[in-house]
Amino acid sequence: MLGLNKKDMNLLLLVAGLVIFAPFILNPFPEGSELAQFNAGYPDLMQRFVIFGIFAIGFNILFGLTGYLSFGHAAFLGVGSYAGVWMMKLLTMNVVPAIMISVVVAGLFSLLIGYISLRRSGIYFSILTLAFAQMSFALAYSVLTPLTGGETGLQLSLNDPRVLGISATETGSIPVTHFFGLEMRDSFELALGSWLFTFNAGYYLCAAVMLIAFYLSIRIFRSPFGMMLRAVKSNQQRMKYTGLNPKPYTLAAFVISGMYAGLAGGLMVSMDPLAGAERMFWTASGEVVLMAILGGAGTLIGPVLGAGLIKYMENILSKINSTILHEWFAFMPDGIEDVMVTLVYPFIGKGWHLTLGIMFMLVVIFLPGGLVEGGQRIARLFRRRGAKTDDSGAEQSQNTPAE
Amino acid sequence: MDAIILQILNGLDKGSAYALIALGLTLIFGTLGVVNFAHGALFMIGAFVAVTVSRLLTLSHQVIDETRTDFLGNPLKVDVPYIYGWFGESTGAAIIDWAVPISILIAIPVMILIGVIMERGLIKHFYKRPHADQILVTFGLAIVLQEIIKYFYGANPIPTPAPQAFVGSFDFGALIGFDANSIIYPYWRLVYFGFSMVIITAVFAFLQFTTFGMVVRAGMADRETVGLLGINIDKRFTIMFGIAAAVAGLAGVMYTPINSPNYHMGMDFLVLSFVVVVVGGMGSLPGAVAAGFLLGILESFASMGAVIDLIPGINQVIIYLVAIVILLTRPRGLMGRKGVMEE
Amino acid sequence: MGILEVKGVGKRFGGLQALGDVNLSVQENSVHAIIGPNGAGKSTLLNVLVGKLIPDTGSVMFEGQSVLGRSPHEINQMGISRVFQTPEIFGDLTVMENIMIPCFAKRDGSYRLHAFETVLHEKELVAQAEQILIDVNMIDKREMHAASMSRGDKRRLEMAMCLVQEPKLLLLDEPTAGMARADTNNTIDLLKEINEKRDITMCIIEHDMHVVFSLAERITVLAQGTPLVEDIPEKIKGHPKVQEAYLGQAHG
Repeated sequence: MLGLNKKDMNLLLLVAGLVIFAPFILNPFPEGSELAQFNAGYPDLMQRFVIFGIFAIGFNILFGLTGYLSFGHAAFLGVGSYAGVWMMKLLTMNVVPAIMISVVVAGLFSLLIGYISLRRSGIYFSILTLAFAQMSFALAYSVLTPLTGGETGLQLSLNDPRVLGISATETGSIPVTHFFGLEMRDSFELALGSWLFTFNAGYYLCAAVMLIAFYLSIRIFRSPFGMMLRAVKSNQQRMKYTGLNPKPYTLAAFVISGMYAGLAGGLMVSMDPLAGAERMFWTASGEVVLMAILGGAGTLIGPVLGAGLIKYMENILSKINSTILHEWFAFMPDGIEDVMVTLVYPFIGKGWHLTLGIMFMLVVIFLPGGLVEGGQRIARLFRRRGAKTDDSGAEQSQNTPAE
Repeated sequence: MDAIILQILNGLDKGSAYALIALGLTLIFGTLGVVNFAHGALFMIGAFVAVTVSRLLTLSHQVIDETRTDFLGNPLKVDVPYIYGWFGESTGAAIIDWAVPISILIAIPVMILIGVIMERGLIKHFYKRPHADQILVTFGLAIVLQEIIKYFYGANPIPTPAPQAFVGSFDFGALIGFDANSIIYPYWRLVYFGFSMVIITAVFAFLQFTTFGMVVRAGMADRETVGLLGINIDKRFTIMFGIAAAVAGLAGVMYTPINSPNYHMGMDFLVLSFVVVVVGGMGSLPGAVAAGFLLGILESFASMGAVIDLIPGINQVIIYLVAIVILLTRPRGLMGRKGVMEE
Repeated sequence: MGILEVKGVGKRFGGLQALGDVNLSVQENSVHAIIGPNGAGKSTLLNVLVGKLIPDTGSVMFEGQSVLGRSPHEINQMGISRVFQTPEIFGDLTVMENIMIPCFAKRDGSYRLHAFETVLHEKELVAQAEQILIDVNMIDKREMHAASMSRGDKRRLEMAMCLVQEPKLLLLDEPTAGMARADTNNTIDLLKEINEKRDITMCIIEHDMHVVFSLAERITVLAQGTPLVEDIPEKIKGHPKVQEAYLGQAHG
């Protein structure tokens, strides 16, 4: 179906299931309970999950397939954001033109930067992309203020022309973003017992776009083009002597991943119409590198998992403070409780970056395939255990790889 | 004319920091072939060694000062640094005042130790892995190191002043025959420049004139041959990593009075230092130093009002622009050896 | 007029004259061997032929068209394939994918953005790839990771990758280096068969005289960057100049 084999189709359906039922899955704890703080099912955060998922999927098309490590991808996301906000200022608050222009502008920008940066490879490519992104950030922050809003960022205002819409609502406020009339902030709340689930229009728009983006990335991975990109990573010399020109393939991958970044930027401003230069800072580019590699670079679902994990840590883990920790360890004797809190405290709350950094290092050192590889290894371990007790099962599991 | 001299002087202190960090980076690349994204973190750790030393020196205990009373009439409790008790008040105060220069002595062994642990514990395992993996793992390490510092020292910058003798500025213009007040230059920046020149000279002399340095240079040129001669080159390279860490750390120690250290200062300098290394030529020591000062001064010229009026925003992007042009036209950099990292 | 005409090619690296005035004519459907002592310039010549190096002087014509100034992938698209001394394959990919890539290159040229097709849906190319894997006796290894194979299998895979493109000229750089005698004989048979059945012209660089004299129809002897002599194998064997420059040395 849809040109996918059974395994890929199952993966797509799994991801679709996860994002559609995310408001349930992410809110497993009843309101008011102690664990409610681990609920991540609020619209703002769910939107970020899928938007950064798109960003990471796109980055993975470049890094995961070709091995070219870009340290400047946030620039494309930033440019896309600015383009999107401008569309809302000038044309309409409908998000569709904004998202489209974001993708196009980011695509053109990545074509320019990719064309120049891809003349070098390895670390020089990384530094070139880093330099371009930092330059974009510095310019957006200073000289380009008329275009970017400089330090305050680019905002909507009551004086915007919005030729296809209205400059201000009847009540004198700035109109909100919508999808053909469906307001992005619209939410439907469902209370089941002491559970509260929020279904937000903006989230479902992002989720739909993300599913399309994910589907396209599967197609790219399985296409001759995707195979050529893996060939670029594996052996450029052989590729050339096989009559293939690696350059346009790599550039195409760069532009596609730039467009994914622009798409993420467009969705970001569709949810919250504000674009700031800090989105382009190189640490933002570093974040998407972390996401893709933590989840599993070169795997299909890895980057999505990585994005989800990092955003979850950033928003949930970071909120835990020492009072909460004391509550958790309250069942222990006082002395041990204090020791435990002291031991755990540096890694949570404001220290979540430390946990992230350590996890990232462990993954780079021991699990080049990221969490996906980790999962596969554990699964294999269990399969082998199962095989020992059941011989017929062993035969089956041996047959699967050959299929 | 005086404006030009002022800009050159202004570029020197930043240029010195770039040169010192880039020197270590390129030393590590030249000897070990590793691209170290954690090098900025070493600069930052050096700065926090200075913070730690000045805090340790001012460790105090409360003493009741009989001569003074608070508004209720009780004797006043005052904090007195322990060090006053050991050396007497005036010597103690002088030692505290000179905390930053004293930190140099502490920073050298500390930074070498950190460098050696880093190399033996982590980087060693990445020699055979692709450059991308080296970048990634050292990037992760940089995050971890800066978060550890943040945990212990907080997120805010910590002012760490220079000794009283070097606080303030002097009229450099009047010294060299210009109008008074045309070129005002802070003392400490001059100290920083002089200090960096000493370090750079020391590193070059060490590599040039000691047997150890000669072996290292030979190893940089042709590692296998030196290895075949039965010389344990790995051990020496480990020590070089320690020295590179120390150079970055010292750059950080002395930089504290110029900019109050914070946990992310390493990352701020890292990107620019990489650019410096690339412009100078990967693995070229003179290239790193020359490019460091060149870019520092270029950046300061680009910040002149007249230049900004001509090309708006040039001060923000000049360094990156230079790097991009160099990378595209002469990828081996200004002084890089032919064939190093070229396609 | 041969399929490949090399005229007056010279290449200098700094002070070293790697090639000086090389002339070579390879006849269509023949097997032409280039031999010579180490440092004679054989590899340099091969690198010129595939576009990796640009010579300082001279011309290289393939089927009446100049190859000079063209990039390696363009030269491959003209019909020249190369087998390397150490096998150059796509180690991260499966054996089947290694074969599919040249199939696509043959059909679609040096670049085509086919991002939304599926590799395995290209039935014609898949059949073609499977056939070549059967021919080289590797069909049972089709899903294996190329990097995990033995050196001999990697060589066979590389050969198959070249053959599936149906090149007009196949350049081989020491195809039997480091092989046991039995494997060497198998390779000789394979190459003979390829030459006869597929009408592929071959230009082979080789140290092993057994291989050279079993295969080659003509032999060029290179020494210090210049061709010493070119002739049929029987004449080369007894040629005094060759004895002096090469064979004596090799046998001694």
